[in-house]
Amino acid sequence: MTTTDTSVQEHPTPTPPANGTTLRSRSLPRWAPLAFAAVSIALGVGIGSAAGWESRIQWGLVSAILFVAISYAATTAVENERQAKDRLATSLVWVCFLLAIVPLASLIWTTVGRGAEVLDGYFLTHSMAGVLGTEPGGGVYHALIGTLEQVGIATVISAPIGLLTAVYLVEYGKGGLARAVTFFVDVMTGIPSIVAGLFILSIMLMAGLQPSGLMGSLALTILMIPVVVRSTEEMLKLVPNELREASLALGIPKWRTILKVVIPTAIGGITTGVMLAIARIAGETAPIMLLVFGAQLINPNPFEGAQSSLPFYIWEQYRIGSEASYDRAWAAALVLIVFVMLLNLVARGIARWKAPKTGR
Amino acid sequence: MAKRIDIGGLTAFYGSHKAIEDISMTVEPRSVTAFIGPSGCGKSTFLRTLNRMHEVTPGGRVEGKVLLDDEDLYGPGVDPVTVRRTIGMVFQRPNPFPTMSIYDNVAAGLRLNGSYKKNQLADVVEKSLRGANLWNEVKDRLNKPGSGLSGGQQQRLCIARAIAVEPQVLLMDEPCSALDPISTLAIEDLIGELKERFTIVIVTHNMQQAARVSDRTAFFNLSAVGKPGRLIEIDETERIFSNPSVQATEDYISGRFG
Repeated sequence: MTTTDTSVQEHPTPTPPANGTTLRSRSLPRWAPLAFAAVSIALGVGIGSAAGWESRIQWGLVSAILFVAISYAATTAVENERQAKDRLATSLVWVCFLLAIVPLASLIWTTVGRGAEVLDGYFLTHSMAGVLGTEPGGGVYHALIGTLEQVGIATVISAPIGLLTAVYLVEYGKGGLARAVTFFVDVMTGIPSIVAGLFILSIMLMAGLQPSGLMGSLALTILMIPVVVRSTEEMLKLVPNELREASLALGIPKWRTILKVVIPTAIGGITTGVMLAIARIAGETAPIMLLVFGAQLINPNPFEGAQSSLPFYIWEQYRIGSEASYDRAWAAALVLIVFVMLLNLVARGIARWKAPKTGR
Repeated sequence: MAKRIDIGGLTAFYGSHKAIEDISMTVEPRSVTAFIGPSGCGKSTFLRTLNRMHEVTPGGRVEGKVLLDDEDLYGPGVDPVTVRRTIGMVFQRPNPFPTMSIYDNVAAGLRLNGSYKKNQLADVVEKSLRGANLWNEVKDRLNKPGSGLSGGQQQRLCIARAIAVEPQVLLMDEPCSALDPISTLAIEDLIGELKERFTIVIVTHNMQQAARVSDRTAFFNLSAVGKPGRLIEIDETERIFSNPSVQATEDYISGRFG
């Protein structure tokens, strides 16, 4: 054997040059970023008020730019170039995060603030029957029922179709048909809601049907299916192939393998996907305007007669243009946001509850 | 219980790529047959053709015959699902079902086949876990998830799951390659016990393991890179490791390869 034993080092590790004997270098204190932020906000406010700018957005943007510049300059001066680049990247990430969060926080703040004014038990349990649009009073009950029923029907139709399509694509599909299905699902993802509405409207006119909640649900179904297919497909692809093989090797038929092993493993993600799809269609207005027509009265039957829905109600109240109707629009917007948020929480809960367990 | 396998002129393809070519051998019942050979020589592919798992891979197809006590696995009208119920398989990496408890994992084969009596299920689970030398370690936590066990325990759980459906033959694809020496020893002892009841075929990269556990050893090799794998020789393990009849086998076993 001529190979040398590589586990023993032949030469000692070279000592670092004498001028850099210490590993420590000058550094800014931990509270430095906060100080930079305070200084740049103060400067931003100062510049803004000195120049007489009205818009607080301008003040904020100036502060943000100053924050990035001050952090970079100070770190270059005190520490070194590499640390400064690091600080620059960190500052940029923080600024972007704040820029993204400001509109969201402002939206929630405004909606909760204005919506809470008229949102109470009465608002949730009464319709607009006999209430003039310009007067206070009335409620959102008929729209809430409409949204729940239309979204419910759309989910009952699209969740199974979407799930089965995804199962086909992941477990069975190969060749031309699967590629075609994937392509058309992608195309469907991009369909604007008004086009889906017009499509159902044209069928409705040809078949001589009357507007109803069901027609709206059908248009929502067109919007929902591709979202469900896409998310379910990704979740099924995440299921390790070893589990499928383990099941098949036990002599379990393929369909039972999919039903009892693959889908249960992915059910948390699939549920989340369906819930997010529901959240997406719950806010659609255009198909409802075309196909459900909107109503002031409670119509619990989604198969006959006009209904309302939350997004439609918001639009309708906004159009009236009185103080009372604006309040109602904000309150309905708050109801819609809470509805979607609850769905998301439920989805997260189910995902956590159904996630494959790792506990000992 | 245990059955003999006769393989005649077996060739397996992935699409147009020929992975193994013209393999003929006999696997004796109630014995352990080990497959050794360099990586990529088609041992695993060959193993998977023995219970029709090869065709699960897209493009996988097979020519030739595999006779299980004179019945051709690839004959017309043979259902691969029935084949796999008769010939079980344990994989390289432990793969318990993550959504199921230890109990449900072992019961999965019977339950999902629909061929069980409810009052017998608990007995079968206990018997299988005892058979896999795992009962004492898990009997107090049968309802805990199987993924919480250690790697070696998970692999024994997978063996328990495989023997719960009472197969005739058990195929093992490098069952110890992801395990530490102690877990490996536990599995090897288990193989020694299981061969009383099953015909066992094991693929291994560990030559000492093949020498320890197997009665007969088959050596596979590639004639060149890109060429299909072939069976070089199969004989009593003792003879393969002491006095093989082919020079290539001796080179491989003694480490003077290539």
